[in-house]
Amino acid sequence: MRIETFSLGWSSRGRRIVEDVELRIRPGETFGLIGPNGSGKSTLLRLMAGLLPRAQGRVELDGRPLATLPRGEIARRIALVAQAADTAERLNAREAVELGRTPWLSPFAPFSAMDEAIVSDALEAVDMTHMAERSWSTLSGGERQRIHIARALAQRPRLLMLDEPTNHLDIQHQLALLRLIAGLDVTVVIALHDLNQAMRCDRIGIMDGGRLISCGPPAEVLTPERLSAIFRVGARALTDPVDGTQQLRFHCLEDHL
Amino acid sequence: MSLGSAPTLVRPIRPVLSRGMLGILVLMLAVLAGIVIGETPLSLGQVGRVLANSLWGAGYAVDPVDAGIIWSYRLPRTLVAAACGAGLALAGVVLQALVRNALADPYLLGVSAGASTGAVAVTILGLGGGAIGISSGAFMGAVLAFALVALLARAAGGSPAHMVLAGIAGSQLFNALTSFFIAKSANAEQARGIIFWLLGNLSGVRWPDVWLAVPATALGLVICFRYARALDAFAFGTDAARALGVPVRWVQFVLIGMVTLMTAVMVSIVGAIGFVGLVIPHAARFIVGVRHLRLIPTAALTGAVFMILADIASRMIIPGQVVPIGVVTALVGAPGFALILIRNRRES
Repeated sequence: MRIETFSLGWSSRGRRIVEDVELRIRPGETFGLIGPNGSGKSTLLRLMAGLLPRAQGRVELDGRPLATLPRGEIARRIALVAQAADTAERLNAREAVELGRTPWLSPFAPFSAMDEAIVSDALEAVDMTHMAERSWSTLSGGERQRIHIARALAQRPRLLMLDEPTNHLDIQHQLALLRLIAGLDVTVVIALHDLNQAMRCDRIGIMDGGRLISCGPPAEVLTPERLSAIFRVGARALTDPVDGTQQLRFHCLEDHL
Repeated sequence: MSLGSAPTLVRPIRPVLSRGMLGILVLMLAVLAGIVIGETPLSLGQVGRVLANSLWGAGYAVDPVDAGIIWSYRLPRTLVAAACGAGLALAGVVLQALVRNALADPYLLGVSAGASTGAVAVTILGLGGGAIGISSGAFMGAVLAFALVALLARAAGGSPAHMVLAGIAGSQLFNALTSFFIAKSANAEQARGIIFWLLGNLSGVRWPDVWLAVPATALGLVICFRYARALDAFAFGTDAARALGVPVRWVQFVLIGMVTLMTAVMVSIVGAIGFVGLVIPHAARFIVGVRHLRLIPTAALTGAVFMILADIASRMIIPGQVVPIGVVTALVGAPGFALILIRNRRES
């Protein structure tokens, strides 16, 4: 699924949170969004999912303006894993994942065997099958995050948007998640803080002060000059002797390493 | 092959149907109890004969006084109690889901208080000069109160917590207005009547009230069912609901409009009855869990049965005297709520 933004922007109380973003995400690619805290990554994701009112500019899905599509139709195409969505309802893990089927079900249709199978697959994909009956309030932050991702998978979207999905996850589940995403046959837009994780994306965009200031393959975009200008850190690329992949090593600008 | 696959298709439906039948049976038994039990003792046989005469002209010989008590007094009263209990329980389910707060009910959000003020303004102040009925007055009061509460909540930030705080402020304001109207304009007799009515009273209920209360609740039930999945999707907040394809503003508009209408109808007929809208949804969640396709019928049924029983209790607690039904629901509801709170905590 192709998603494009045209001079997309959003303001809150007179302050511009996202400004004039022109982005073309190609079908099937994994696109990473990086940027310092408060640079507008989450807002951009929510704008692209059509969740914010009074957006400036427009978003197009396969050439059709998002604003003209009914909500249900958008939800059958785009799934968003937001940060820290919580509930006080006494749901169990499986019921939370079942919510992902909402856009596909008519008001009175019972859950079909296919819906059940999709939910089970989604739980399996995030390694939560054994906790399916656990109540939401007893799950840890990382377990909740995995359930949110399973819910998004159960939505069977063609475009998956993830807002810092590796937060709260232990290293095993971080790597498992990134591997899972790489194996999905969908377009992915993912906001990330870990720049080494961002290196695995097909392309990345850097947000700063609400603007998309650079966009392209990781090796071209994540230059030491840019890292020092935007993230205020020094960086050097190290090469893994086993497979030749590059990793960034960071240091404070004040420490002249 | 077709024989082998048929049971898997039927299986999920059969327990739902049988549970539904059980529910309807329980409700009918409760209605029957509501007719049989009272100051004038009546037998099931008498009740059956009167109902058969009135429903399909069976032509049994019955005592006209008994027939009057059963058909004109106890049956409409019991039906309104059921509709009212179901309606308030549904209102609680909807508000708790939309506001995402376990404390939400028509009482807390000012709807009941507004309806009371509207009703009192019409009856005591003579607002509308007789052109406005007490139900219309209650409805306008309910809408006005809810609009004020919603505006205040929005101005304060619009979170569920703001909604509850604004509701408390709104309730206090409208309750004060009600008291003010009573103190200013009512004579002692009127004041006593109004206060008794505000505490909830089914004594004056007749057939026309049934034709108002039952359709209102039935409509509410249908609308709630239609949006049951959408209500589920609100579990993680409005943004998550929107991301799951729910047209959030439309759903809020329709459901809150429906709750306001239902509450206004109920308050205008029986007065402001507390605790049902708060406690029954929690009790129903305790029985069938949080998914609204199951929760909605369960809450409606539990509310209906609870209210019928509360009405019976209100007639029987003190012989020769009717205790306001709001007093009964609160007397049972408060400890019941406490129990649910404690058990919930133990489980989690």
